[in-house]
Amino acid sequence: MLNAMIKATQGTMYMVFASTFFSVILGFIPAIVLVLTAEDGLKPNKVVYRVLDFIINTFRSFPFIILIVLIIPFTRMVAGTSLGATACIVPLTVSAIPFVARVIETALRGVDPGLIEAARSFGASDFQIIFRVYLKEAVPGIISGITLTMISLVGYSAMGGAVGAGGLGDVAIRRGYQAYNITYLIVTSIILIVFVQVVQSIGNWIFNKLS
Amino acid sequence: MIEIKNLYKSFGDNDVITDVSFEIEKGDVFGIIGQSGAGKSTLLRCINGLEPYNSGSITIDGKEVSSLSKEELRRQQKDMGMIFQNFNLMNRLNVYDNVALPLKFWGQNPKDPQNDKRIKELLELVGLSDKAKARPRELSGGQKQRVAIARALVMNPSILLCDEATSALDPKITQGILALLMKIHEEMGITIIVVTHQMEVVKQICNKTVFLKNGKIVAKGKPEELFVSSNEDVRDFVGDNSDILPETGANIQLFFTKDNAKGHTITSLAHDLNIDFDICQGKLENFRGSIMGSLIINVEEKDKKAVLKYLDDIGVEWEEVVNNA
Repeated sequence: MLNAMIKATQGTMYMVFASTFFSVILGFIPAIVLVLTAEDGLKPNKVVYRVLDFIINTFRSFPFIILIVLIIPFTRMVAGTSLGATACIVPLTVSAIPFVARVIETALRGVDPGLIEAARSFGASDFQIIFRVYLKEAVPGIISGITLTMISLVGYSAMGGAVGAGGLGDVAIRRGYQAYNITYLIVTSIILIVFVQVVQSIGNWIFNKLS
Repeated sequence: MIEIKNLYKSFGDNDVITDVSFEIEKGDVFGIIGQSGAGKSTLLRCINGLEPYNSGSITIDGKEVSSLSKEELRRQQKDMGMIFQNFNLMNRLNVYDNVALPLKFWGQNPKDPQNDKRIKELLELVGLSDKAKARPRELSGGQKQRVAIARALVMNPSILLCDEATSALDPKITQGILALLMKIHEEMGITIIVVTHQMEVVKQICNKTVFLKNGKIVAKGKPEELFVSSNEDVRDFVGDNSDILPETGANIQLFFTKDNAKGHTITSLAHDLNIDFDICQGKLENFRGSIMGSLIINVEEKDKKAVLKYLDDIGVEWEEVVNNA
């Protein structure tokens, strides 16, 4: 049992960390575009904003389990297979990108517009405003957003069992629920609780350190 | 020199600036005063190129702001430091790095000995040398504004724009900031443009001013002229309390300007004409160090003619004030 648990925990961590990493990188871009093209942004553009806003809302409304199935061809293209932990990172990432885009957008919007104006008054370019003002000031907010993303990915990764990705959720369902072994259910739950607590504590610690 | 001619600016259907014209000479401390929503801050943003204007012209040293290319506008902005009501400092940078920020926007390394020296000199000037490593949230409002002033001066601008810079500060701190602005003006010969709704600010540091109401200029000139013998709009702004004046007799307001402020006008008026009168209201004010003021006296109707003639003879400006209550 110990071995199975260690393996499952590793599987979950692998999926969660990898998909957090990729979704943060890929979610940054739409977040910045949203902030720039918003009505009060540096480059207001209603069409771009609305289209992107719509796409993000659409992707966010898919239940994860359905998304996994829907994007199987894409998963095969990227990961070479649609089964296993590595393959599962693809739908996890895809589902988290719009989420990340929203949390980063919110963090960027939290930057005092007065700062943007001050930077403009000193002759800063749009590029400098994004990197030296928006991103610099929003770092603590972005960190809490990433923490939030990671925790919700822990939940999503539990469904990875459906595509043979393993992980704690898979163990809990197959060995705990279906094989009716309550110990597995309890132990996986405890590991998940501890994991979420640790992620949240580290996130809070970095937030406080940086803000 | 900044020349503004027939400037119009609107946000949608809302006219914010209507036919505004005035000039700011090099070395002026120029006040733009008016109530909230009078269009003052928008005007300042137009000068700085942060807001486009609909028609009319703003030229800075002969160059039209609206026709500058993006790069030319950036260079123009480099020559204009700006400070704000809410300071607008970066919370995640310390005082030193906040002051250094404009240098970074201009591709300069703040660690260059020359730049480092400049930043330290400015921190010294604003009295915050010991706070270089502090974060803005550890500072008081007055200290934050001092950091913002140092930041605005780091590129060596020839113009400093102040947008309600003392409006969020208490009176005592405001005095400190105004004194600092005057010191900077005297030491660097920088042109300062002040947007404010605080009459005190204009009185204490400005040599010229325009009074804006609903986007139009209703008065312009030296602050002492504007506030001492003021027009109706300005009086309204300053707080007209003619309704507490006596309803009988004549209320005469005397204006004391630089030249006659020290004479014994009131006592000699009583002596020479051998009459009695009441002093109803008076205020003496300090305009950049010179004392000026106004006094309202109430004389009996029969003495009115003699009093007015006397005032004309000794050259004191006057105006009859009617109780509007």
